[in-house]
Amino acid sequence: MTHRREALLALLFALAVLAAAFAVPWLRFVLTLALAKGIAALGVMLLLRAGQVSFGHAMFVAFAAYAVAFLAGQVGEALLLLPLAILLAALLGLVIGLFVARYREIFFGMLNLALSMVFYSLLEKFYSITHGTDGMRVPAVTWAGMATERVGGEWAVLVAALVLAIGFALLARLYLASPLGEALQGIKTREARLEFMGLPPRRVLLVAYVLSAAMAGTAGALIALTTRHVTPLMGYWTASGELVFIVILGGAGGVLGPFLGAIAYELVRVYAAASVADAWQLILGAVLLAVILFARGGLFSLLRGRRA
Amino acid sequence: MGAWFADNGLLLGLALLDGLASAALIFLVAVGLNLVFGVLRVLNIAHGSLYAIGAYTAAGLGAALGSGSLPAWAALGVLVLAAALVGAVLGPLIERMLLRRIYAEENVLQLLVTFALFMMLEDVQKLIWGVQPVHHDAAMRLFGTVDVPFGSDFIPFTAYQLFVLPGIAVLVLVGLVWFLRATLSGRMIVAVTTDREAATAIGINADRVYLLTFTAGAVLAALGGALSSPTAAIVPGVGASTIVLSFAVVATAGLGRIEGAALTALMIGLGRSVAVYFFPEAEVLIPYLIMVAVLLVKPQGLFGTLETRRI
Repeated sequence: MTHRREALLALLFALAVLAAAFAVPWLRFVLTLALAKGIAALGVMLLLRAGQVSFGHAMFVAFAAYAVAFLAGQVGEALLLLPLAILLAALLGLVIGLFVARYREIFFGMLNLALSMVFYSLLEKFYSITHGTDGMRVPAVTWAGMATERVGGEWAVLVAALVLAIGFALLARLYLASPLGEALQGIKTREARLEFMGLPPRRVLLVAYVLSAAMAGTAGALIALTTRHVTPLMGYWTASGELVFIVILGGAGGVLGPFLGAIAYELVRVYAAASVADAWQLILGAVLLAVILFARGGLFSLLRGRRA
Repeated sequence: MGAWFADNGLLLGLALLDGLASAALIFLVAVGLNLVFGVLRVLNIAHGSLYAIGAYTAAGLGAALGSGSLPAWAALGVLVLAAALVGAVLGPLIERMLLRRIYAEENVLQLLVTFALFMMLEDVQKLIWGVQPVHHDAAMRLFGTVDVPFGSDFIPFTAYQLFVLPGIAVLVLVGLVWFLRATLSGRMIVAVTTDREAATAIGINADRVYLLTFTAGAVLAALGGALSSPTAAIVPGVGASTIVLSFAVVATAGLGRIEGAALTALMIGLGRSVAVYFFPEAEVLIPYLIMVAVLLVKPQGLFGTLETRRI
């Protein structure tokens, strides 16, 4: 796809999101969550480029969400709070990335899983600090100095999510086209070749890991500002699986895929949970299986296939 | 150190006895997961669901047969029967219908297929057994208690947790090692694990070996669940926590190592119960701390090697 067509598609996508949120008020909440999860899924997709699947990225989502919950009292300004939470998530990503970038495939996946479960248990067990499974309320924040009421606040987070989504999509696109991003595929095919070219694979993976942690952190901060309530479950391993699911659903091709996947995922979830409360996971699981077995390229390629 | 032991030595002993039962259960689940990974090269996330379904079925079957009025060994037999049923029905079904289609795929997609299956089975459990805790402890009560001396006192332990569970785990370990080393089917499994192509070339039916192995793994998972059902109430989400724990065991031991899984399960089981007595907050952290510590020093796991032979 040419640059111009993709830019056009992204613009149409943004307009469609805004129009839908305007026409159907309850969609604002769903779409904000979907955009947030799309950003996190985009990060997971970067790692998938290198053939590595993380079953632990919900840790960064939960970490940034709790960072927002703790700091919102002192830093009441959302436009400061967001970058701060993202930065903290990126720093955590750097520390953990230094460790996990040494491992590949199953071990990489399992280590991420294990570390995220450690974090989850910490959130759950240290009741005196985190209020355990009850979670924490996020205090009200201002946007650019303005106190917002309910509807205005919802719009503010939605617009912030949209801007961040577009920003990160652009960043991911530039990164994947850069030598450092291209090298990710080298990790998937044969790492030794990267080394022969003088590129240290660990560092290549580490850069992608820190980026993906920052994106997952962005998602966590946005979710905390939308739901105004954070719980340890945000960091449970099934939440990490959800992110991988979204990537596959959208199709791991372009940077728009994860967002398409996230919106489809959230809509299916909302409808399935409303109509068959006890079976929404059953429906999502069946959808995931159908995508993997019958529509390997994901929703993105289905759309493209029809247009071509 | 010496003074600490004088004060807490007995308590430590109790903690270790307590940990035996949980180590036995962890071993049963993890060894099944490990066996399946060793042969099929698929890390089965739905393994935890088989554990949960085994537990629910055992509790249901026990209640239906009125195992409270049976002799103790018969009540234990009911648990094993439930596990065998679950494994023999679901194992072949999952392998034939689902896994067979994805052996040639990337790791990521294989993981996701089993993740999808896990999600679906979570809801199937809720639809069949509801969300209320299910408890049926007849088998454990029937075996009675054993008094363990504690200073001038006696502490009652259930014989089920002290002898039956560890006993079964040891039987399974010995049986499995014997099966793989000494029987024709077992050696066929080892052959397929080592080199599928060469094994097929000399006439081994690899498809059958895959089916057999997956079914055995499913029975082991269900057995872990069934045997755990008398010791604690079964709640939704037990499958999710079980699978993460067995992942930790398998990765710590080294993928595909059976004796390694036993030793690691023992380490983690004992470590957890010691933590319960001395630092309760850290209990859930222990398995992962052990795993991270081991992988930092030995990236391929305690017993993992880089050679192709895995079992």
